[in-house]
Amino acid sequence: MSQPETAAAQAADARRAEAGPSFADRLASFGPVIGLVLLCAAGAGLNSDFATMDNALNVLTRTAFIGIIAVGMCFVIILGGIDLSVGSMAALIAGCVIMFINWAAGAVGSPLLAVMLGAGLAILLGGAFGLIHGVLIAKGRIEPFIVTLGTLGIYRAYLTYFADGGALTLENNLADLYAPAYYGSLLGVPVPVIAFLVVALIGAAILNKTAFGRHVQAIGSNEMVARYAAVDVERVKILTYMLLGICVGIATLFYVPRLGSASPTTGLLWELEAIAAVIVGGAALKGGQGSIIGTVVGAILLSVISNILNLTSLISVYLNAAVQGFVIITVAFLQKGRR
Amino acid sequence: MIAKERSPGDHGLAVAFDGIVKRFGPVEVLHGVSFALEPGRVYGLLGENGAGKSTLMKILAGYEQPSEGRVLVGGEPVAFAGSRDAEKRGIVLIHQEFNLAEDLSIAGNIFLGHERRSGWFLDEAMMRREAAAALQQVGLERVPDTPVRQLIVAEKQLVEIAKALSRKARLLIMDEPTATLTPSEVSRLFSLIERMRADGVTVVYISHKLDEVERITDEVIVMRDGKLVGRAPTASLSRHDMATMMVGREIADLFPVKEAFDAAAPPALAVENFSVPGWAQDISFAVRPGEILGFAGLVGAGRTELFEGILGLRPGGGAVSLSGRLVTLRSLGEATRQGLSYLSEDRKGKGLHVDFPLAPNLTLMALEQYARPWLDHGAERKALARAVDEFGIRTGSLSVKAAALSGGNQQKLALAKVLHPKPRVVVLDEPTRGVDVGAKREIYFLIQRLARQGLAVVVISSELIELIGLAHRVAVMRGGRLVATVAGDELTEEIMIAHATGSRHVAA
Repeated sequence: MSQPETAAAQAADARRAEAGPSFADRLASFGPVIGLVLLCAAGAGLNSDFATMDNALNVLTRTAFIGIIAVGMCFVIILGGIDLSVGSMAALIAGCVIMFINWAAGAVGSPLLAVMLGAGLAILLGGAFGLIHGVLIAKGRIEPFIVTLGTLGIYRAYLTYFADGGALTLENNLADLYAPAYYGSLLGVPVPVIAFLVVALIGAAILNKTAFGRHVQAIGSNEMVARYAAVDVERVKILTYMLLGICVGIATLFYVPRLGSASPTTGLLWELEAIAAVIVGGAALKGGQGSIIGTVVGAILLSVISNILNLTSLISVYLNAAVQGFVIITVAFLQKGRR
Repeated sequence: MIAKERSPGDHGLAVAFDGIVKRFGPVEVLHGVSFALEPGRVYGLLGENGAGKSTLMKILAGYEQPSEGRVLVGGEPVAFAGSRDAEKRGIVLIHQEFNLAEDLSIAGNIFLGHERRSGWFLDEAMMRREAAAALQQVGLERVPDTPVRQLIVAEKQLVEIAKALSRKARLLIMDEPTATLTPSEVSRLFSLIERMRADGVTVVYISHKLDEVERITDEVIVMRDGKLVGRAPTASLSRHDMATMMVGREIADLFPVKEAFDAAAPPALAVENFSVPGWAQDISFAVRPGEILGFAGLVGAGRTELFEGILGLRPGGGAVSLSGRLVTLRSLGEATRQGLSYLSEDRKGKGLHVDFPLAPNLTLMALEQYARPWLDHGAERKALARAVDEFGIRTGSLSVKAAALSGGNQQKLALAKVLHPKPRVVVLDEPTRGVDVGAKREIYFLIQRLARQGLAVVVISSELIELIGLAHRVAVMRGGRLVATVAGDELTEEIMIAHATGSRHVAA
């Protein structure tokens, strides 16, 4: 049976924990911020267009979709889970919303109401997909990797089927009506950026200031201990995947008016970018650790990289994904020492 | 078979420790241990958890290196870089948790890392033959091709010994080998040890079970707090002497004086005809406010599983009443809300989030008290400060991680955690596992204080001395059934062991 931990293991643990937040720990928690500052400084030095308000807002707007999804992904990763399907889910939600709005504009008679209902549908669908994931993972006890690998294929295949291999497009008058959700701005700040900010603030409050957030961390840190502390593990897991689904729905509802269409390439590889943002932001893929602020910084950092590559000719734009890949591996390497 | 390959002279191995010091970082766990082992004898190595006996044996078997001091084998100093070096000298340690690859066959395990080859390929036939011989030697009637997964625990133990013999062990260290064995399996193991001794093999036998130490060993070596505190021929010691040497004080001082409780009061927890499929059948008992009820039994008797069933952690059925009200507990959450709380025996695996700071650990089971609706971190810190006082948790700072606490203080934190929802009944599963004597004493007095405050306490323990010293009554389980409830003058090791094993001769 379980042997009381050996003196060796205990002493090693004590050594690690006694020091509290060490210099390396603190450096690591500020790492993403420092990285972002350095990157921005480099960007400003390389191209005079980089350090402009327009460019900053442009970068933030482009970050918003991945960023909103990454906030939800942050919860799932802290829980010790993963969701590979978010890109496909976004594509399918976008397609469904477009079909719905096109249909509802005629059916309910009011194009504006149709658009608003469509936006609501995006969130509803996201929550429903998340619920399916959560139930399969928590009640069905299937690995999250497997469940979401399956739905990754399912969602995109259904979108392709609905679009008949092509694209689903919003009717012109409806697209114009919906456009402000992406192109509009409030006090000079683009709407998606505001949405990103609001989602991040709510996410941080839920993670740090609610019992649910604490339970997510507890399950990710050690599920057995959480279970033996009377935490309703199944319920928390289902809610966490739903929360991510809702984030995907929100991201999609701001994404649809951007192009007014959904095609089989919509949202391609978003899952990787969202996961990368969370990891770059300092979360541990094994669960238990992670922060919303880190995730936000991580998401911005990744899009700043591609922005700099776009603005300068230092490295080919075609190598964007490669540079991001190097960054992720480097960050993981730097974090290795503290766990 | 294997013995034939050796000349009679080199069977046993003389080993000496000379001033062994072992440090893990700033923590010194062995403070200069020196003693010698003669060949061909069976030594009982005794000591409380954390006394340093496992660390010392890991040094001997090459798993750890001493920080200072020397290990002498056959008179010459050795420096083992790993267990393979030690095995080459014939020193083999059988771990408490077996090091067997479950999916490999018995033969595959016996030769793991020492595979016989002919040319580039494995010589399966030869390994099977040699494995069969080794199995015959330890008395395990199994085909060498059987996957280890299919073996019961006692058989795995024998495979470990066969593996050690096939490595030509001349000094065999067994760490708690009987923890999971039935009495007849123990007897079989003991006759095997006797045969090895006759062959000249030196055996170091680590066990908490003093009756076994009395039966099988020639000499007893006692360690406490990283030091050697004594050695003596087994025949010259009583079990009480051994226990006193281990603990370092009279056993009686360890425990608070038992206090009377109102035996006429209605039970805080009453369980009738409760069954947990595969683990426990038809168990009935009751515990009253202020009472400490012990649960004794061998490993596998179903004690933990019974309570996990009652608490809704595993499927089970029967009538459970709390303070006279019939309740249905489908989950631990419901049990906690109804005033029934549980401390797991597995502190690291189920008890504490060692990577979390202290406060979130303390409040996790009663978090709704702090969420209004936003968590009140200030109130959590205040609760921690109170708990640190009340439970005597010694910590440098309130913001360290739980892993920074010593075993005893972690255990006090775990106790504070399960008591934080203010239960009326608490089930403590092995409440002093892995803590030093001082912390044990504090925990005993703490449990006593809780009972005095009107809490009904159930203590599941494998340490009979603990149950005798602490509990008003002790329920003894055997093979999933409650076979006896003993109290008063009947609260003795002999009687409880007799009930737990179902074999009167053990008690003689």
